[in-house]
Amino acid sequence: MSGEISPDEVAHVASLARLRIADDELETFTEQLCAVLETADALNSLDLSDVPPMAQPYPLANVVRPDVIVPSLDREEVLAQAPDAQDGRFRVPPALGEAP
Amino acid sequence: MSSATEIAAAIRAGQQTAVETLEKSYSSIAARDEEINSFLHLTKSRAQAQAAVIDAKVAAGEDPGPLAGVPVAIKDNMCTRGEPTTCSSKILEGWRPPYDATVIGRLEAAGAVIVGKTNLDEFAMGSSTENSAFGPTRNPHDTTRVPGGSSGGSAAAVAAEFVPLSLGSDTGGSIRQPAALCGVVGVKPTYGAVSRYGLIAFASSLDQIGPFAANVTDAALCLDVISGHDAQDATSIPEALAPTLPSLNDGVAGMRIAVIEELVGEGIDDDVCARTNEAADALAAAGATVERVSIPATIYGLAAYYLIAPAEASSNLARFDGVRYGQRVDGENVAAMNVATRSAGFGDEVKRRIMLGTYALSSGYYDAYYGKAQRVRTLIANEFAAAYENFDLLLSPTSPSTAFEIGAKSDPMALYMCDVCTIPSNLAGHPAISVPFGFGDDGLPVGVQVLAPMLDEAKMFRAAKVLEGAAPIPKAGA
Repeated sequence: MSGEISPDEVAHVASLARLRIADDELETFTEQLCAVLETADALNSLDLSDVPPMAQPYPLANVVRPDVIVPSLDREEVLAQAPDAQDGRFRVPPALGEAP
Repeated sequence: MSSATEIAAAIRAGQQTAVETLEKSYSSIAARDEEINSFLHLTKSRAQAQAAVIDAKVAAGEDPGPLAGVPVAIKDNMCTRGEPTTCSSKILEGWRPPYDATVIGRLEAAGAVIVGKTNLDEFAMGSSTENSAFGPTRNPHDTTRVPGGSSGGSAAAVAAEFVPLSLGSDTGGSIRQPAALCGVVGVKPTYGAVSRYGLIAFASSLDQIGPFAANVTDAALCLDVISGHDAQDATSIPEALAPTLPSLNDGVAGMRIAVIEELVGEGIDDDVCARTNEAADALAAAGATVERVSIPATIYGLAAYYLIAPAEASSNLARFDGVRYGQRVDGENVAAMNVATRSAGFGDEVKRRIMLGTYALSSGYYDAYYGKAQRVRTLIANEFAAAYENFDLLLSPTSPSTAFEIGAKSDPMALYMCDVCTIPSNLAGHPAISVPFGFGDDGLPVGVQVLAPMLDEAKMFRAAKVLEGAAPIPKAGA
């Protein structure tokens, strides 16, 4: 790995993340992301072959709660905060059609 | 303003009322917050109702709790039911959560009065509180300077004496660094010690809520109220955190404490290093054995953090899609609406971190970036564990410098460097506290950091209390 990412790759990553980056911003974002990835290159000098990855500092397995019914959030209160709602549901534009 | 401890005692004894205490807090905010910009929103009617409940309890001979009538400010990334919660982002402007974060319920059950929501770097991504959609917060010690970040509003609100207590969240230093720059106490508890339910997630394996206070005792009082297991948070640790207040004044005699060598040299300002060494001397004078320890992996913390935190953020922030809450920018189909909403709603730093995280997790780069960073995380935790075989506590500066000028660090990497001393505790999941310890050459507050092993907050607070007694208390209030 090296701290290199091209403007095309940045545009691709942006589209994966559902972001649109204007053409005149692409170069700046690319430079800034390269700078961060360059510092990540420092990690290459470490021998990590025997070191396991750590996903979180306090490992807890199979966290479950008692199977008891408790009240959930009030539907009207939740839907009142949605950009658009209809008939007790969130309303969105057509889900099918060409991706942007 | 009096301390939280004094206010609660006076209100419980019927010597002052919660209603008049709240009025005093709001009048101090009205007098100076136009300049400081620490609050985004005041929760006035909720606060007035709660204050009236507290006063009624006192009148009826009931005990309203250890934080009776204490005004508390909340970083605006914690949900407050029916009150705006923005994360300082345009994408959540106007949203009113349908539930309270667990910490809000715990504070109110202990008698606290929530006065308002404070400014932050958008989605807690930043170290200066300049990166807010609602304008920067200014440092009460010098309003041309930043308060630090990302919990800059909560730090400034305590430093300006608007409130005696506030809550922040700390993912890579976002409580401790602004505490240092504003001359107040800031605590990052053990990961999982305080419930994250209702804290809008930035990097879930690193985020932790903690208190700001003007003194160590108030911080301990607040932590004891907000900590504890919560079934609503699957990462909440099962055992309760030992209370910190009972042993607060037990001192450090006989403790073994070490200064982290890598954090008092290159990259850290001389005056900050000098104060840290003086803090070590103060602990030695109080009876601790003080040495130096090398933790070489700390220097890799920054690089690991700026892969792990963006990776988790890119996943967490996928939920802001214009469907269920916040702002929507219309599009011809769902995907176009998602893109338009997110492109208009997120600021540049948030976009940068989402892209960085998406890249670090993407096929072909996962092992090279995210996987490697997770292994470095283990390395850091192992080295800390080895150090704690020989030492009770560790000591370091909190921030490489005192508060810098607003606008001075326009390059993202320069800002990221602010977190170099604080990040290792988040990666390891350990607690740490920043305590004011004297001033820099520019006359601004310096903070030193006491680090402890997981769940050893009580011991950490004992050292913090000793340090507080050995240095002048910074004052920036009216």
